[in-house]
Amino acid sequence: MGKIVLVTGVARRLGGRFVRRIQRDPEVDRVVAVDAIPPEHHLGGADFVRADIRQPAIAKVLAEHSVDTVVHMDVTGTALGSGSRASVKETNVIGTMQLLGACQKSPTVKRLVVKSSTNVYGSAPRDPAVFTETTPPKSLPSGGFAKDAVEVEGYVRGFARRRPDVAVCVLRFANILGPSADSPLAEYLSLPVLPTVFGYDPRLQFVHEDDVIDVLRLASHEPRRGTLNSGTFNIAGDGVLLLSQCSRRLGRPTVPVLLPAVTWVGSALRTLGMTDFSPEQIRLLTHGRVVATGQMRETLGFQPKYTTAETFADFVRSRGAGLLPPEVVAAAVDRIAALPLPGGGHLSTKSAN
Amino acid sequence: MADAKVIPFDDDRSRGGAAQRQSRRRGVGSRRKGEPAAVREIPEVKALPESPDQQDDVLVTQEDKEPQAGWDKRIAGGLAFLRRRLTGDYEVDDFGYDKELTDQVLMSLLRPVYEKYFRVEVKGVENIPSDGGALIVANHSGTLPLDGLMMQVAVHDNHPKNRHLRLLAADLVFMLPVVNELARKAGHTLACAEDAERLLRRGELVGVMPEGFKGIGKPFAERYKLQRFGRGGFVSTALRQGTPIIPCSIVGAEEIYPMIGNAKTLARLLGFPYFPITPTFPWLGPLGAVPLPTKWTIQFGEPIPTDGYPPEAAEDPMLMFNLTDQVREQIQHTLYKLLVQRRSVFF
Repeated sequence: MGKIVLVTGVARRLGGRFVRRIQRDPEVDRVVAVDAIPPEHHLGGADFVRADIRQPAIAKVLAEHSVDTVVHMDVTGTALGSGSRASVKETNVIGTMQLLGACQKSPTVKRLVVKSSTNVYGSAPRDPAVFTETTPPKSLPSGGFAKDAVEVEGYVRGFARRRPDVAVCVLRFANILGPSADSPLAEYLSLPVLPTVFGYDPRLQFVHEDDVIDVLRLASHEPRRGTLNSGTFNIAGDGVLLLSQCSRRLGRPTVPVLLPAVTWVGSALRTLGMTDFSPEQIRLLTHGRVVATGQMRETLGFQPKYTTAETFADFVRSRGAGLLPPEVVAAAVDRIAALPLPGGGHLSTKSAN
Repeated sequence: MADAKVIPFDDDRSRGGAAQRQSRRRGVGSRRKGEPAAVREIPEVKALPESPDQQDDVLVTQEDKEPQAGWDKRIAGGLAFLRRRLTGDYEVDDFGYDKELTDQVLMSLLRPVYEKYFRVEVKGVENIPSDGGALIVANHSGTLPLDGLMMQVAVHDNHPKNRHLRLLAADLVFMLPVVNELARKAGHTLACAEDAERLLRRGELVGVMPEGFKGIGKPFAERYKLQRFGRGGFVSTALRQGTPIIPCSIVGAEEIYPMIGNAKTLARLLGFPYFPITPTFPWLGPLGAVPLPTKWTIQFGEPIPTDGYPPEAAEDPMLMFNLTDQVREQIQHTLYKLLVQRRSVFF
């Protein structure tokens, strides 16, 4: 008998993509897609069940379809449409509690995959440069999505203790980017001019949407030979990009703002509805965050297709050029090179090419 | 004992008149007659720093033959660099270390200070392995961590393989704007076991100054007296990775900002571990922040191997204390030796 997979948070594009993709896997018999609002995109042949995971009704859905694999993707930082921060927090925390409660009662559930975030590590100057799965954060996130993620992981750990027969996999994703990414960071990077924190150049790590889908699939199925897909894993593309590099590659100029003023600018932008400039995001854009992905490679056996730089390049392609496209800047430098000394200009264009 | 041989700073000042300042430029020869004992050290000492100079000379003569082509190449190289920087087409590692920027810009900014201002002499660079991880442990002094930066230049410019030193810095460095950005780009990272182990595992050369703020912020009267070496965490890190520990003694950094007082209230207000008061700072304002042009010597000592110990050795506090003491003694001993050999603070 094939597997029956329940996916939460399918009204988001990433959830929708995952539902469409996992149906094509031969092991999967049926996909039950759950969200509180009907998705705008199609879900392939999946059964959409409109259910709010904050309500106990989710237990009925689990029992009715005798689900054996639960992929919990409804842990997100921003509201879909016009939800408030409070309702997002409720979906994240209460929703997870309800879902886990339902899973605990269900005799059929064998596998649980939770989409978490590297936000759980926080971001502080006193942290080590690279976080591993076991690094305790020096300063726990005090609020916002990061705190939700910490609490969600806490409940998931409790569930794993109470139901040792269920394989539990927590995937901590770095910033997800891609052509259709709708994360707060993607919104930030789409601003025409990027406000940055003066005197700080954070290190950022990205993971491509395609890799997110692939690693979720890997975690949802039986582990491959020699690998183990239960536990907690950091998921990120190789390498690191500095924010200054990102802005140059995007061709969007930066405006350095003093740290005390940043908070003010952030709330102003939030009021205008331009971006969700939450305090945790400001901290990420101040101190940056890099995670180690050794566990992902060695234990989970996952090799991301895109590095951080390639993920970002793909994102840049999808967003189009900013005010100062890198090609234009490069051409301007070449023109300067050609100006004073004909010999010098010739050499420089050759080396640049 | 050796402390008595430390040449008091004030004596130097009274001696250091205009006549001596002139003779400094003319070089060693004029002083040889006066102090024959010290002369014997000079050829050995001079041998190392001269080699890069000679290379420079060769470069210059080549450029003389084809000055036009040399300049063209340099301009082209500069513009290609500018192009890469402006389009973001460069790489940084997990720690934010920007090799290209360090090589092309940051090192070039530090080099004049290293060569012309502090005239750093480097000894024992052959003690640094040409590949694989190693932990360089040095004394810390001078109110501002210039000694770390000079050590970084010393290793890079004198080592035959031009190895880059990855310094471990205090958390204060990563809290200050601009400073944290430059520190990360120059390859420094937070002084914690996780980062140090990660770097050593990758086979990097890691520099640490275990005295920390106790060493750098000590009053001038306690110069060249090593402070407690933290909790010896650097030893267990090296033991766990089996990398050698290279003791390093830096002479000259103590006198760049003679700290005669510490404005503790102001320091607490600003969130700094100390607020230095020197004969010139803060009285002369920014001018008072110019370090005194002392003559530096950086000596790398014999490596202390750590690979012969069993894996549980890193958990053995007695062994750790012993090794910490061994490293500390060796640095202190070398400091005294270098101080005895030193002719004056400024030359």
